[in-house]
Amino acid sequence: MGRKLLLEHINVPGIETFEVYRKHGGYSSVEKALKSMSPDEVVEEVKKSGLKGRGGAGFPTGLKWSFLAKPDGVPRHLLCNADESEPGTFKDRYLMQYIPHLLIEGMIVSSFALGSNLSYIYIRGEYMFVLDILEKAIAEAYANGFLGKNILGSGFDLDLRVSPGGGAYICGEETALIESLEGKRGNPRIKPPFPAVKGLWGRPTVVNNVESLATVVPIINMGADEYAKIGTEQSKGTKLISACGNLERPGVYEIEMGITVEEFIYGDEWCRGIKGGKQLKALIPGGSSVPIMPAHLITKTAKGDTRLMSYESLSDGGFVSGSMLGSGGFIVFDEDQCIVRNTWNFSRFYAHESCGQCTPCREGTTWMDNVLWRIENGKGDMEDIALLEEINKKIEGHTICPLGDAAAWPVAAAIRHFRDEFEWHVKNPEEAIKRNFGMPKSVVI
Amino acid sequence: MKLGIVDKERPVLSEKAQAEIQKVIAYYPEDKKKSAILRVMHIVEEEADGWLSPDTMDMIAEILNITPIEVYEVATFYTMFNLQPVGKYVFEVCTTGPCMLVGSDNIVKYIEDKLNIKEGETTADGMFTIKYAQCLGACGYGPMLQCGKYYHENLTPEKVDELIDACRRGEVKVY
Ligand SMILES: Cc1cc2nc3c(=O)[nH]c(=O)nc-3n(C[C@H](O)[C@H](O)[C@H](O)COP(=O)(O)O)c2cc1C
Ligand code: SF4
Ligand code: FES
Repeated sequence: MGRKLLLEHINVPGIETFEVYRKHGGYSSVEKALKSMSPDEVVEEVKKSGLKGRGGAGFPTGLKWSFLAKPDGVPRHLLCNADESEPGTFKDRYLMQYIPHLLIEGMIVSSFALGSNLSYIYIRGEYMFVLDILEKAIAEAYANGFLGKNILGSGFDLDLRVSPGGGAYICGEETALIESLEGKRGNPRIKPPFPAVKGLWGRPTVVNNVESLATVVPIINMGADEYAKIGTEQSKGTKLISACGNLERPGVYEIEMGITVEEFIYGDEWCRGIKGGKQLKALIPGGSSVPIMPAHLITKTAKGDTRLMSYESLSDGGFVSGSMLGSGGFIVFDEDQCIVRNTWNFSRFYAHESCGQCTPCREGTTWMDNVLWRIENGKGDMEDIALLEEINKKIEGHTICPLGDAAAWPVAAAIRHFRDEFEWHVKNPEEAIKRNFGMPKSVVI
Repeated sequence: MKLGIVDKERPVLSEKAQAEIQKVIAYYPEDKKKSAILRVMHIVEEEADGWLSPDTMDMIAEILNITPIEVYEVATFYTMFNLQPVGKYVFEVCTTGPCMLVGSDNIVKYIEDKLNIKEGETTADGMFTIKYAQCLGACGYGPMLQCGKYYHENLTPEKVDELIDACRRGEVKVY
């Protein structure tokens, strides 16, 4: 059994209640931090732990915290990013739904470290049933003196609130999240100024992912040095992976960084292999925004090293032969799946979710959606494949926020690794409509 | 989305909803009431047969002391809000990649055939509406759909039959 730092007690009946959570050591990191550490010491500890942001970008959390501006007399805010809308990602929901106090505990310690007296959990609107769970847990934390005024007699005050979105993937981007929390359309802001200087209501703000904030709890409890012993050189600690697609046992798993990809897919403790004993065809290891990998690059890197579940190993080979750990949305394709259809499906997603501010993103994602639909439905020609590559170059690097790139890169990777499948669709238009390249039972909607 | 095509009287908010609205407005600083808009829209929509008419949005503007256009702006940006009348049970079926890999296409078709409606349509009896949703954060438990506040996961044709029957019997919780 791998070590569990976040989900250790997930199967304890009643762990969603304050009483049971507390009995299993819950809120001890709040006691430790508020009673025996200064805010800066907490920041240092998180820095030393090597924790990288779990929302997708992997930016070092401690470093981000140290950038927070602290002008006199201006309130600061910590925002938890619980927007979780990246296709393939459902780990934050799992954590909030089943062990809500862990996030609350992490937010108390983190708010203390950053000097935020009013923090929010921004949760996607579709998770309203999770919002209810969180608010119940928050009420318990207030009732037990872990939220509100003068927590544990430390002089530190904290109000924690949950704020829902309304259905928009883009609100997971941190500046769009801030706009949304101000009650506006979720249009990302041009940076600089960065949220650390001017964020929510123009005040210094830190935005962190649910899992990042929950991980602060074990870091403070065990100490950064102990925490940093787990995992690999560049990927410390444990990571939640949400595994989906054609697996025997999809679900949310906490892994120690550095286990092999092969073990994660086939191991008894984890996903138990491909559903129905089929062959593995492809993998998207970190949510729909990261490059797809063909079978021969999944368990081994291009150099022939064993591929590991870590930031550095999954990105080994760059975009040519690697991918990214991203948000931990692990999407597995069996031999019968059509890459063109899937690529079209994700392009439709990005076209749907583009906020529309930047022309290359708004128009480019729609073009890709249309062109891919054409190819998938036997109406494309060879020039369409070149056109997709052309659109890609027009989007890349020419937009306000990374959604444009996130839409472009997966298409580029799919063509790079599965060009034959795109060409097959063009050359066999009738078959393409009927069969959907290996998906005989699929219906065209 | 079309605004202003259909309209209806403002809903009369229940006491519970009014109290809830006051409670959530207080979650934000005194001069930042506008931040409560999405939460308030969710609460009001629930009271207004699941959709927001222009008049209903004007009411929200008054509650938050902002201009109506600020509410329309937000309502047309976020996909969760219905700006047209919908059925009593709105099935938002996830059609994104991971769900598609495990058969959401077939589930969509099954529901559409069974209810004899297409995307965005409502059954003649006003009971069901089907919408295609993008990833709802349940990818490991697909195919799935959201109905009101709740998720229905690992769907099969049999489960869909059961769900529809239960809706008809009024046994499915929406909010
Ligand atoms: C289009 C887009 C969507 C994003 N969605 C999410 C999300 O749903 N959850 C999340 O934590 N981060 C998301 N991010 C990343 C955030 O902008 C931000 O980097 C992150 O919340 C920082 O937290 P972390 O450092 O703890 O990972 C998204 C970024 C982009 C560009
Ligand atoms: S890149 Fe796309 S989503 Fe991001 S700001 Fe521009 S238009 Fe909006
Ligand atoms: S793809 Fe359907 S819930 Fe994520």
